[in-house]
Amino acid sequence: MIEGLDVIWRNLPFLMIQGFLGFGKFVGGTVRLAIPSIVLGFILGIFIGIGRLAPRWWIRLPATLYVEFFRGVPLVMVIFWMWFIIPIVLRTGIPEFGVALTAFVIFEAAYLGEIVRAGIQSVARGQVEAATAVGLSGAQSMRYVVLPQALKNMIPSLVTQFIVLFKDTSLASIIGFMDLTKAAQVVNNREVRPFALYSFIAVVYWICAYSMSRYARHLEKRLSPTSS
Amino acid sequence: MNYRFDWSVLWKGQSGEWLWLGLITTLGLSALAWLLAVLLGILSGALRTVPFRPLRALATAYVEFFRNVPLLVWMFFWYFGVPPFLPQGLQDWLFDHGLEFWAGVTALGVYSGARFSEVLRSGIQSIPRTQFEASVASGLSTFQAYRYVILPVALRLIIPPATNESLNLLKNSSVALTISVAELTFQTRQIETYTAKAIEALTAGTVIYLVLCVSLASVMGWVERRVAIPGLIAGGRRPRRGRG
Repeated sequence: MIEGLDVIWRNLPFLMIQGFLGFGKFVGGTVRLAIPSIVLGFILGIFIGIGRLAPRWWIRLPATLYVEFFRGVPLVMVIFWMWFIIPIVLRTGIPEFGVALTAFVIFEAAYLGEIVRAGIQSVARGQVEAATAVGLSGAQSMRYVVLPQALKNMIPSLVTQFIVLFKDTSLASIIGFMDLTKAAQVVNNREVRPFALYSFIAVVYWICAYSMSRYARHLEKRLSPTSS
Repeated sequence: MNYRFDWSVLWKGQSGEWLWLGLITTLGLSALAWLLAVLLGILSGALRTVPFRPLRALATAYVEFFRNVPLLVWMFFWYFGVPPFLPQGLQDWLFDHGLEFWAGVTALGVYSGARFSEVLRSGIQSIPRTQFEASVASGLSTFQAYRYVILPVALRLIIPPATNESLNLLKNSSVALTISVAELTFQTRQIETYTAKAIEALTAGTVIYLVLCVSLASVMGWVERRVAIPGLIAGGRRPRRGRG
């Protein structure tokens, strides 16, 4: 027990600053991967969500296929796809960070697209009709009327999805990305204290995910359509 | 892109056999973990709604603890962290009978159980409280009320979200490759290692996952229609349109 705590104490800067935050010798970091992934994934997700609702079938169909495909495949598989396909397409290797970021953005966009779609569908039909009546074009009513309201309805689901993504970033360690999980593995290879180390990172993940889920529940209550 | 496709790597040599073994392991791992998850999910999901605070707190603690830590960490925890603390006899048995497989089943089952629990809890909470009160008033004990009134209804109501979670479980079984369980993704990687044909190997694995997910979803859709409760809107039964 005491030795376990000692191992964590001695390696705390490596685990937290390098592994968790991502500053140090290696390009890594759980936070440094999770935040750009959710931002870029959400931007791609907006297009996919709007595409799912497009009146033209040749926009709707690819968007639907995209969502159904990525929701039917494990994330691990997508990470391996990117790991092998990026060097073939670009004819040169890129760092693990780029591979992991691409995989997460593409994968999460499918789930975020569904959240965007549900958010858009939650906006009352009359809003679009009113926007059209005052002379806005389709794109303008989406941009100025529907999306701002949809975004508000999406916030709790977005926080929940961010928690999922945050936990999933641990999978980037299988291609060698130096996140919190990989950092614990590296320390464990040297010190052989699996119980202490994996319990420690479990606690770190837990504190972050649990506090975010409390926050999501709080937002859900405050932003629920009945209270506005 | 100067990649030479050679799809024959998928049926030449041992590839076919590896994919088959991987598929069997994925299905076995998922099935056992699913049983464990359903068991834990029903137990803790029901306990989270009973009118007895300590049991509720216990179930909540289980759910919040396991669901908020990545599955990969649980895999490492059960595979590397726990075995040294087990009795010697059990340790020896596990080392002889595929420790990684049983660690994978435990990690996946306990983790997914927490997620199933949430699904069942919201199912139970969608049933009017009066059902429970009426059961107790007619002389059933709390256990009997859950066993004969609440759970039979709740379990039918939650089929769509529970299907979703079951598919998540199936996909999540791929995480077991990190503790070297020879499941489908692991075997896909193995083919890639031996043949250096990444695209072909990954395509094979991806197609198998897609087929598994689509067929499981349609089987569950059939089950849902079979056990639907007539007249309940929450059951999601709309009047049949087209192929329903």
